[in-house]
Amino acid sequence: MKDNAESYVTKDGRTIGPVVMEMKNITLRFGGVEAIKDISFDIREGEIRAIIGPNGAGKSSMLNVISGFYVPQDGEVWYKGARRPSMKPFEVAQQGIARTFQNIALFEGMTVLDNVMTGRLTHMKSGMLSQMMWRGAAEREEIENREIAEKIIDFLEIQAIRKTPVARLPYGLKKRVELARALAAEPSLLLLDEPMAGMNVEEKEDMSRFILDVNDEFGTTIALIEHDMGVVMDLSDRVVVMDYGKKIGDGTPHEVRNNQEVIDAYLGVAHD
Amino acid sequence: MFYREAGDFSTTYAEDQQTFPIKFDRYRYYLVLFVAIFIVPFVLNDYWVNSLMMPFLIYSIAALGLNILVGYCGQVSLGTGGFMAVGAYSCYKFMTGVDIWWGGELLFRLPEFNIFFAVIMGGVMTAFVGVLFGLPSLRIKGFYLAVATLAAQFFLVWLFNRVSWFYNYSASGQISAPERELFGVLITGPSTTPWAVYLFCLFFTIASAVIARNLTRGAAGRKWMAIRDMDIAAEIIGVNPLKAKLTAFMVSSFFIGISGALFFSVYLGAVEVGEAFGIQKSFLVLFMIIIGGLGSIFGSFAGAAFLVLLPVALKVVGVDWLGWPTDIVAHLQLVIVGLLIIVFLIAEPHGINQLWRVAKEKLRLWPFPH
Repeated sequence: MKDNAESYVTKDGRTIGPVVMEMKNITLRFGGVEAIKDISFDIREGEIRAIIGPNGAGKSSMLNVISGFYVPQDGEVWYKGARRPSMKPFEVAQQGIARTFQNIALFEGMTVLDNVMTGRLTHMKSGMLSQMMWRGAAEREEIENREIAEKIIDFLEIQAIRKTPVARLPYGLKKRVELARALAAEPSLLLLDEPMAGMNVEEKEDMSRFILDVNDEFGTTIALIEHDMGVVMDLSDRVVVMDYGKKIGDGTPHEVRNNQEVIDAYLGVAHD
Repeated sequence: MFYREAGDFSTTYAEDQQTFPIKFDRYRYYLVLFVAIFIVPFVLNDYWVNSLMMPFLIYSIAALGLNILVGYCGQVSLGTGGFMAVGAYSCYKFMTGVDIWWGGELLFRLPEFNIFFAVIMGGVMTAFVGVLFGLPSLRIKGFYLAVATLAAQFFLVWLFNRVSWFYNYSASGQISAPERELFGVLITGPSTTPWAVYLFCLFFTIASAVIARNLTRGAAGRKWMAIRDMDIAAEIIGVNPLKAKLTAFMVSSFFIGISGALFFSVYLGAVEVGEAFGIQKSFLVLFMIIIGGLGSIFGSFAGAAFLVLLPVALKVVGVDWLGWPTDIVAHLQLVIVGLLIIVFLIAEPHGINQLWRVAKEKLRLWPFPH
């Protein structure tokens, strides 16, 4: 295994940096139920890291721990070389971690553009007075951040719907808008909770392309949860496999695929 | 046909982000402003000012304020009447010079504020009180928050009734606005001129609308709407929910305070708190924004106009045209206004603003159906 601080180059020529986030012995309980049992893994800069596992394995809980919704009873979260104290989700966002949700969590009453602009909120600091007058810092920020938002809109090819209220959009586009909102924050770590759930093959291909492009073009570190094995094996650099709250595998897609425990978890094993 | 944006291109983001990106809209807005400022004051008489323009302008400010809280930030409030009372009583105290007592002795007395600044201080004090009563909103949501703000309503009315300091120890327990002028023109008191009070209120209404619009189309507004639409997602993109809700309470209460101050000092002149700022006022303003359209600046004005104009229109039709006795018309008024509200909400639950939007979309295509 490579050293935490070391970079290496993958077979397809991408540079994977040092560890940016490390989960150390995370345990999460809901009353008597242990959703996550003593799990450790790390995420390296610039990589696409997948978390897979059967339903109820604790994948989403893991993502919720990273984004600050759940506070683990045990274990430490290390981010950018420092131990992260327990934080509110909005503080996590201000640290540069953005995410999407399994069931879309867009602001239905707002237009696509406004939704994407909300992704820029952590970068907008102008005072109330300036905003009231729409002068000075507020006006400048609106225009600067609009430019960045438009770049993302361009990138994800949703220019035509930028002024459409989100409630009117079909499912696949909503997923894309949600990705746009997360990307607009220019996150250093992007968490995707089942970005391809409920999509047909074509939409999945589009979404996979976007994920790869995001990683390639912006160098964004991505951690994603996905059920489609084909997609996971093709996209990700390394995979964590969870089952019943425990980690049963960790490594490259190739390693994971040939791991007996993983095969058992997915295909079932005869109990005799 | 009547209304189109063809050939109207924005070439910069600043142009695209302005309040009225479509030229036709922009010119219509300038026209309305021009008529309101330069023509209306010359044709006004006492009746028009007192029964139409002033209530419309003042309630518009209150509706704007409440719409920011309820329509944009999704926090239901039934404390509007109480907050208007805070604005009115603060305005009164600052007009007459705030006296600070300690241990039965007068410590000092602030100088009397000019009426313009007294009204603004009414807004500022209400903003503080609003933030205070907004604190529970972090834990309480929906109907329960409405009940909590109801407590604010009753507490504030009780406070202004019981603590005689607020009404300067007057025997009647009322507050009445002394004569005050701005640039040598009387604004408050019994002998004001219609155009002066009209322009005074108009200034505050326009300023409130511009400020509300700037806030709601910018970062603050997006934070509020994010909280309204999905608070979990709002938090995940970095919105501090407490801060967002409290700023909404602050701005909303500021406007409501301004409207309360104007309602007392310029419009009514003398006020008894339970009568002028009771729970019915909270409901009235809430109805205005529901009928006008939640989450819309235009809707606040439309709702205020609807509920101010409708009774007057019914009275004109009943008494002046049909010649019915006044008392019957007054009762019919209540029945008809109530009925119309119900009919209206069934026909268009999203308010006048939605009607307006649909009308614009139809006009854009006229005379073709698609």
